[in-house]
Amino acid sequence: MTDADVPGAREVVVGVGAGAAGFDHERGGGGPGSSIATTDMVLNVGPQHPATHGVLRLRLTLDGERVVACEPIVGYMHRGVEKLFEVRDYRQIIVLANRHDWLSAFSSELGVVMAVEHMLGMEVPERAVWLRTMLAELNRVLNHLMFLGSYPLEIGAITPMFYAFRERETIQEVMEEVSGGRMHYMFNRVGGLKEDVPAGWTGRVRAAVAAVRSRMPQIEDLVLGNEIFRARTRGIGYLSPELVHAYGVSGPIARASGVDLDLRRDEPYLAYGTLADEGVLEVVTRTEGDSYARYCCLVDQVRVSLALVDACLAHLEDLPPGPVGVRLPKIVKAPEGSTYVWTENPLGLNGYYLVSRGEKTPWRLKLRSASFNNVAVLPHVLTGCVVADMVAVLGSMFFVVGDIDK
Amino acid sequence: MSDLFGTESWWVVIVKAVLIFVVLVVYTLFNIWFERRVVAKMQHRVGPNVHGPFGLLQSLADGVKLALKEDIIPTAADKVVYVLAPIIATIPAFMAWAVIPFGPEVKIPFTDTVTPLQLTDLPVGVIYVLAVTSIGIYGIVLAGWSSGSTYALLGGMRSSAQMISYEIAMGLTFVSVFLYAGSMSTAAIVEAQEGMWFFIPLFPAFVIYVIAMVGETNRAPFDLPEAEGELVGGFHTEYSSLKFALFFLAEYVNMVTVSALATTLFLGGWRAPYPIAFWDGANEGYWPVLWFLGKTLAFIFLFIWLRGTLPRMRYDQFMKFGWKWLIPAALAWTVLVMIVRKVQSDLTLDRQTLLIVAACVAVVLLLVSLIPESKKADEVEDEVEFDAFAGGFPVPPMPGRQTSTDRTDQTETTATSTTSREE
Amino acid sequence: MRVPGRGLLTGLAVTWRAMTRRSVTQHYPEVAPDLPPRSRGVIALQEENCTSCMLCARECPAWCISIDSHQEVEPATTEGGRDRSHSVLDSFDIDFSLCMYCSICIEVCPFDALHWSPEFEYAETDIRDLTHGRDRLREWMWTVPPPQPLDPHAVDPKELDAARKAAEADDASGTGP
Repeated sequence: MTDADVPGAREVVVGVGAGAAGFDHERGGGGPGSSIATTDMVLNVGPQHPATHGVLRLRLTLDGERVVACEPIVGYMHRGVEKLFEVRDYRQIIVLANRHDWLSAFSSELGVVMAVEHMLGMEVPERAVWLRTMLAELNRVLNHLMFLGSYPLEIGAITPMFYAFRERETIQEVMEEVSGGRMHYMFNRVGGLKEDVPAGWTGRVRAAVAAVRSRMPQIEDLVLGNEIFRARTRGIGYLSPELVHAYGVSGPIARASGVDLDLRRDEPYLAYGTLADEGVLEVVTRTEGDSYARYCCLVDQVRVSLALVDACLAHLEDLPPGPVGVRLPKIVKAPEGSTYVWTENPLGLNGYYLVSRGEKTPWRLKLRSASFNNVAVLPHVLTGCVVADMVAVLGSMFFVVGDIDK
Repeated sequence: MSDLFGTESWWVVIVKAVLIFVVLVVYTLFNIWFERRVVAKMQHRVGPNVHGPFGLLQSLADGVKLALKEDIIPTAADKVVYVLAPIIATIPAFMAWAVIPFGPEVKIPFTDTVTPLQLTDLPVGVIYVLAVTSIGIYGIVLAGWSSGSTYALLGGMRSSAQMISYEIAMGLTFVSVFLYAGSMSTAAIVEAQEGMWFFIPLFPAFVIYVIAMVGETNRAPFDLPEAEGELVGGFHTEYSSLKFALFFLAEYVNMVTVSALATTLFLGGWRAPYPIAFWDGANEGYWPVLWFLGKTLAFIFLFIWLRGTLPRMRYDQFMKFGWKWLIPAALAWTVLVMIVRKVQSDLTLDRQTLLIVAACVAVVLLLVSLIPESKKADEVEDEVEFDAFAGGFPVPPMPGRQTSTDRTDQTETTATSTTSREE
Repeated sequence: MRVPGRGLLTGLAVTWRAMTRRSVTQHYPEVAPDLPPRSRGVIALQEENCTSCMLCARECPAWCISIDSHQEVEPATTEGGRDRSHSVLDSFDIDFSLCMYCSICIEVCPFDALHWSPEFEYAETDIRDLTHGRDRLREWMWTVPPPQPLDPHAVDPKELDAARKAAEADDASGTGP
């Protein structure tokens, strides 16, 4: 959205204090219907701003504290990842794929390898499937905990961040033990996983999950019931289902607006089909569509994901011993053709359109990342808010800047 | 009011002034450390623990670091005001302490001079504090205005509105204290609390004062002028080095000032707290300074506790809360106290305690239903089921016809389209 | 109806309780962290195993490994035999300012010359000093932990299988020691 869309919004030079150019009568102020000369301020939120956690830039036109127009300006972190994919073989792509959304590294790797496996028509060993499901859910918990901590921080509560990070640390420990990495796991390979889990690891996962589950109420008590938090978030940043559909918003944000779409249930991949049949996989939805509902969705999704991890652990116990990967030739070449694979990443739908010409590198790998669409809807949601709400809305759109800019 | 005020020799006054300054600066350094440690404990962290014993010298190190940093004056800034603003903010913060009583009359060691532990006393001491601290607001407003930055301007604007509104509620709570003490002098108010600390009979006023004092000092959950999530640093966004340090100092001194005032007005000032008060020497000599600082520290702890727990309020909600709840409540309480005092003195009613208790309950109930929740959440329209997979792949409604204004219309259209599809 | 202000008090109670508990901070410089064996801290080089085959340098997605080697000819030991030539490693540098810690080099190394070590304390003040040569990489080899035993449900890695089969074959043929 540009300023032209908003009646009365004209760009003025912002200079407040000495030499305020904005009070110039010819250039600023006096939109239609305003007899008193008030000028709209243009406030650049970002690219460096504490609320945008990253380099997202919002160009806000303000009337006092009210946002008249908002334009997200993306691309400060564009790393040309899709182009880089084209000159990397499939194993090297995994390295890059887990970096665009650094909070859901495992889930992003997963999409790439699933696309390649799909092209190759490869059957992944059952043990690898269950392990992947479990690790993806642990990754989801990690991702959500990050936002459960950072969102209250943006609203001004400094403590939940640390509680969330303690839980993250608990889970990250087991993730590090199995993959060696704390953020960029690099644990998926075409055909399965890099290696099997260490002895005793499943027990430690179980303990970590139990610990996180037992301590989640602390975050909930601290945040959810808080009257100030409610006042700040309820009814704020209403996102209608129509906007969700129009902009392709997905993930917990879409579900908070009542759009009941979750690929884990609707188009099961990995072991989610079984888990959905068992009833462990609940799709959390809300209908309010405001910031509070979005936050609640995350809280509930953490609960569901922890239950899923437990279910995966139980299944893994029952499985007969087996490999966690398919033995691959030295050079993996996807056959000529194309495929589209999408996964329910923690932040929403991640799609991978893979076109191969039979080379060892993809000819094209289009990445549809969730955050881009989730942020694209911001102008509609933010217009009419006050500056303080801007933060409350922005934080509740749960995005990762790397995932927007790719 | 002690007769000694105004008749003391000049060196006593200077010594006391310097001591107050030193105590305040050291107390501020201590408070910064204290805040960081307590908040850290609340967050399962350790906090500063490297420099000095228990990390006590951390604030000193930070201060030195700040002083050594580059001092930047933005090009768009109004230089004179920009430099003046932190000074205007800091000086009144210290000045308010002239009338705060630290203790009773004591003998200065190695001399025969007897002096009250208070720089001076004025018949309108409390009003003086109010007046002086208000000047500090100018510092913040001018800082916001002169920085030449939108963030700073918004922060300055917010803080002026906030401090002015909350000062009204704060001033109103003083009235009931004045009525009870029969004086506006701080020393006299402390004297009047010999029998009972005022926070017991004047509990609602105490509660209102505590809320207002958090608002007055720009502390969480009312730290809107410097809301770092929204306004980066608010009014001090563009400040660096010592000028920033001055704002920092002013904020912490103000915190101590309002805490000290709360102690003086409601918690018996320098009087020893309940169990210690049975010891005869508790209210003599230099001991009261300890009780006084202890009580102040309790308030500081409250500040920190609130900051560690609560999210920030929104600017308009905060103003609404101040004007629609706090000020009326304070006003109602003041009127109530007046009536009770009048009735008490005229009719010598014995049921005064009952009345006060009833009033307490009423006002507390009023206060507790404070934060208005947005009603919008209840008005959200019925959700419309949307089949994302209608055509095999999800088909979004075309963007472009969406505007955020005709939201209801869209709901209807989508509703009809959904029903038609079902048919 | 909810009691107003209850949420605030619950929150205050949570932080109060937290204040009475022990902190979870790791006292890092004083207490070394306990890192799992798989932790990807730094790449160590078992120089003796390296045949300078360049696989790692080629497969590295960030091209952060540079290898120099030269051929040395070993004269034939038997009469009429052919001279044998083998590569000798001159330098092996990893630029850790480029490295993405993806562990592809370690995976592709056919002779197990590269290993992960959980060692992580090699920060430098100059980015150029992050390029580490073979001596430093060899030093880190001493910090490489033994591999963890695998989960009972796991199948043994193929190397272990092959070794076991070889041992069995040896036993069967009776030529073993």
